[in-house]
Amino acid sequence: MSSQYKTIIRDGLWENNGVFAMLLGLCPSMAMTTSATNGLGMGLATAVVMAASSMLVGMFRNRITQEVRIPVFILVIASMVTLVDLFMNAWMHELYKVLGMFIPLIVSNCLPLARLESFAGKNPTLPSLVDGLFMGLGFTIALTIIGAVREIIGVGTLFADASLLFGPAFKFMEMRLLPTDTGILMMILPPGGFLTLGFLVVGKRMLDVRAGKAIQMGGAHSAA
Amino acid sequence: MSLLSINQSGPFTHQVSSVQKTMFTVLLALMPATAFNLYLFGWPAILLFTITVGSCVVAEALCLALAGQPIKAALSDYSAALTGWLLAMSLPPWAPWWVGVLGAVFAIGLAKHTFGGIGQNMFNPAMVGRTVLLISFPVVMTAWVMPHPLFSAGAPGLFEAIGITIGGQMPDAVSAASALGHVKTELSRGIPVTQSMAQVPDLMDMMLGYRAGSLGETSAVLILAGGLFLMARRIISWHIPLSVMGGLFLIAATFHAVDPARFSSGTFHLVSGATFLGAFFIATDYVTSPVSKKGQLVFGVGCGVLIWLIRTFAGYPEGVAFAVLLMNALTPIIDQYTRPRAFGRNRKGEPLPLGKGKP
Repeated sequence: MSSQYKTIIRDGLWENNGVFAMLLGLCPSMAMTTSATNGLGMGLATAVVMAASSMLVGMFRNRITQEVRIPVFILVIASMVTLVDLFMNAWMHELYKVLGMFIPLIVSNCLPLARLESFAGKNPTLPSLVDGLFMGLGFTIALTIIGAVREIIGVGTLFADASLLFGPAFKFMEMRLLPTDTGILMMILPPGGFLTLGFLVVGKRMLDVRAGKAIQMGGAHSAA
Repeated sequence: MSLLSINQSGPFTHQVSSVQKTMFTVLLALMPATAFNLYLFGWPAILLFTITVGSCVVAEALCLALAGQPIKAALSDYSAALTGWLLAMSLPPWAPWWVGVLGAVFAIGLAKHTFGGIGQNMFNPAMVGRTVLLISFPVVMTAWVMPHPLFSAGAPGLFEAIGITIGGQMPDAVSAASALGHVKTELSRGIPVTQSMAQVPDLMDMMLGYRAGSLGETSAVLILAGGLFLMARRIISWHIPLSVMGGLFLIAATFHAVDPARFSSGTFHLVSGATFLGAFFIATDYVTSPVSKKGQLVFGVGCGVLIWLIRTFAGYPEGVAFAVLLMNALTPIIDQYTRPRAFGRNRKGEPLPLGKGKP
């Protein structure tokens, strides 16, 4: 694997992580992270959309003119979201019911659009696909971590109902870490989302500082 | 040597004012009410109080250590102790120990030190601690008990108290609703305020404090005495306390006059719940209240009206903590609009025109 792909992968998962570094897509990372399962489901759906739309835009980047690129990007994302939406409604209905409105709302998530604008619109198909996929996976990891922290502190479980949502094979993931009725309810409520995200962003920056890296101030424009 | 560098100043005297001294005076002012209430609720309350204040100080030390700041100097200003003290006064007296510890973590760690420590916090730390606890543990945080004065019959001894506070064995049949909670529950059952009011302690008892409630909610008189002491020492001015209570009283009295069956009276609102504690000790926090006197009046009236709104229409029977936090959030805006005009300049900061207008 060439070093270009390594950089793309490391950027997506850690250096330029969509949530922890660029602070993009905050609406789902607040609203859909009341449990690790929800975060994982939401993240995976977004990752699929991002990989597919990045690849398509990478393919047709020379056909898309500068003037109409934003509407085109949005349409590509919207089509992919519709596909994922119908797919999940058909085969992952429990998860679909939980995520509900937030699947269609992936269209308005700024992370896919930011990656199309700053990466896929300028790069060939394969790197675009890799970028979309790993940015999406980075997003998934972030949402799962936020969800896990909130779920553990809030209700004392981890990946509760995973088998219900993803299928019986995922029964092994369901854990209870704290006895019942010991959770701090606030962590499940909106303030908990903001607190968790804030502390995790600080945590990532502390790790970066410890590793001797200069802190990169977030923002879509600094990406890629 | 020029004149300017000579170490002398004009013939002004001034009283040394420091954070340490201010905080200590506030603690002193809280002392009578605290002592009386600790007596009233006995050993469990004393244990909880000690644990809460202690964990606030420990949390402060840990946060300072994490931030790499000198620990000893900052601890000796009593600000953490005061936060813990106010937090403890807003808890149900027989709550288990972990309530105090968690409250301290949220108050000091979250509300104070994530914003940068003393003087930097946007929200009142003690009230953040209380609110987080109330939202997270609604059952524990509303388990009020009737007063069980120390050494009286039926009051828990030290060992029983350890069972209650540390072991979490809440004895049955001692719980009681606070007056506000009682009126609210009865109202939701369709019983008008005029009837349910007959079952709450009369106003005199509420003034003196012999009733169920948190440490700081009972005994309005002693809180008032502490507040007046603070005013006499010029630690606080009359603006915030008076406007909080005035705003609350006026709006409550107006609605009570319109429909006495639905709305409790202004006097009831004043002496019940944490009105006095909030008005004198919590809303007046230097860091989180407006600077100018005009701004303080706006802030106070806002607190008063919000307290009434929350008590009357929201899901919780008591709203002092929420009201103060909401007004804390508005403090920067209030400060912006009530900035006094600098001498020789207009409100926008531009110099006044010279030679125009009246001489």
